[in-house]
Amino acid sequence: MSWSPYVDNGGTVLAVAGEDYCIVAASTRMSAGFDIMTRQDSSKVLKLSDKVVVASAGMQADMRTLHKNLMARHVMYQYNHNKPMSLPAAAQLLSNTLYYKRFFPYYTFNLVAGLDPEGHGAVYNYDAIGSYERSGYFCQGSGKELIQPVLDNQLQAASPLLVPPKNTLTTLPLDKALDLVKDAFISAGERDIYTGDDVGIMVVTRDGVRKESLRLKLD
Amino acid sequence: MFRNQYDTDVTTWSPQGRLFQVEYAMEAVKQGNCAVGLRSDTHAVLATVKRSESELSSYQRKVFKIDDHMGIAIAGLTADGRVLCRYMRNECLNHRIGWGHKAAPANMGCVVALDAGSLVALIRQVLMLRQVLLAVYNTCPAGSYYEYKAMSIGARAQASAKFVVVVGKGMPSTLPKEVAVVGKGMPFTLLEEGGIQPYIAALKEEDQPMATDQDTAAQPPQQQQGATPGQGDAAPPGSGGDGGAAPMETSG
Repeated sequence: MSWSPYVDNGGTVLAVAGEDYCIVAASTRMSAGFDIMTRQDSSKVLKLSDKVVVASAGMQADMRTLHKNLMARHVMYQYNHNKPMSLPAAAQLLSNTLYYKRFFPYYTFNLVAGLDPEGHGAVYNYDAIGSYERSGYFCQGSGKELIQPVLDNQLQAASPLLVPPKNTLTTLPLDKALDLVKDAFISAGERDIYTGDDVGIMVVTRDGVRKESLRLKLD
Repeated sequence: MFRNQYDTDVTTWSPQGRLFQVEYAMEAVKQGNCAVGLRSDTHAVLATVKRSESELSSYQRKVFKIDDHMGIAIAGLTADGRVLCRYMRNECLNHRIGWGHKAAPANMGCVVALDAGSLVALIRQVLMLRQVLLAVYNTCPAGSYYEYKAMSIGARAQASAKFVVVVGKGMPSTLPKEVAVVGKGMPFTLLEEGGIQPYIAALKEEDQPMATDQDTAAQPPQQQQGATPGQGDAAPPGSGGDGGAAPMETSG
């Protein structure tokens, strides 16, 4: 057994985009192996602007550094362009940032979500080195295999696996989608040992970003 | 008489021990338009005149936000000022990333003064007025920097200085102006024309004895907003602690 620079701190994130909203939810438990390091104080979500949110699962140290990096780049962008980054711009920035470390990657599995310049919801999902794709919904993290099929089944959207690709925005209204997200996390919390304690939920609409919290079981 | 030989770059001393490039830089500042900064116990304010090349062109920005708690106003070569502005913004961001908290203004002063005085070839530094929470710093091309309660730089700075120090009240002017405020509970905010109007209106109401309000032609362009000790962020500034309407000096 040799030393590894990487550690998996567990946890699940998901994002669901609708016609004019976007929901981003992330569990707050931070683990190492079978130990819990912290329950509620560890947020996996970064709010870049009123329209753009980044959520990352995986190794928290890399996640924090990545988020710091993105935040700084966003501040400079605003100085230089006199406006906040749009969603597609932030998506591309994250992709480039991840690929920059192609040979010593950030151990983060990311989602960029929010409202696109036309006001429709959008979710971008990434692998560790920056390959990304726009879709209507996606999950990352330890509970992703538990939640993704549930979303595929319940969100009333075309399947993201279709070729040619169809628009996969959910047709559900905001409150129904939010209920589904909460149910999904509760169920994932039962079966996935790394998901639990609390879920931080951000709802992005034309009026800004609203925060909510959902208590999960502590076991 | 030796000026032409020894003024080519910043790293050359004249036989008399003068650095001509630095002196030229200070001169450029004196020719630039006025910038003023002053502070109270709770707020600090920066103000400048918005200058334009001609009637058809847009205005040159002279007040810049560096960080949530810090901003600068510049006089002199605005191009150089913008270079310094970018440098300071970078330094502030790096400080936040590395140390986890906002850079102290004193750090900035030191860093910029060093950079200004570091004899980087061909960069003519400009005189800068830096306003930070509850402090106003002044840096100059020679590389020194001091903290002030109130300071003005640029053209007709003398006149402004008198007003700033003696009265601390604003003189409404018809010239276009930029004002920025930072204070307790208030991040660095740039006020454009519309944001400044309420303050000017409030001042006009209070300054009834000020018959000189209309007479802007004869006056140096002062665009100072009175410091507002202890007042809320959104409320227009009152007369401050100056004891009512003091007679304004009308000559420079």
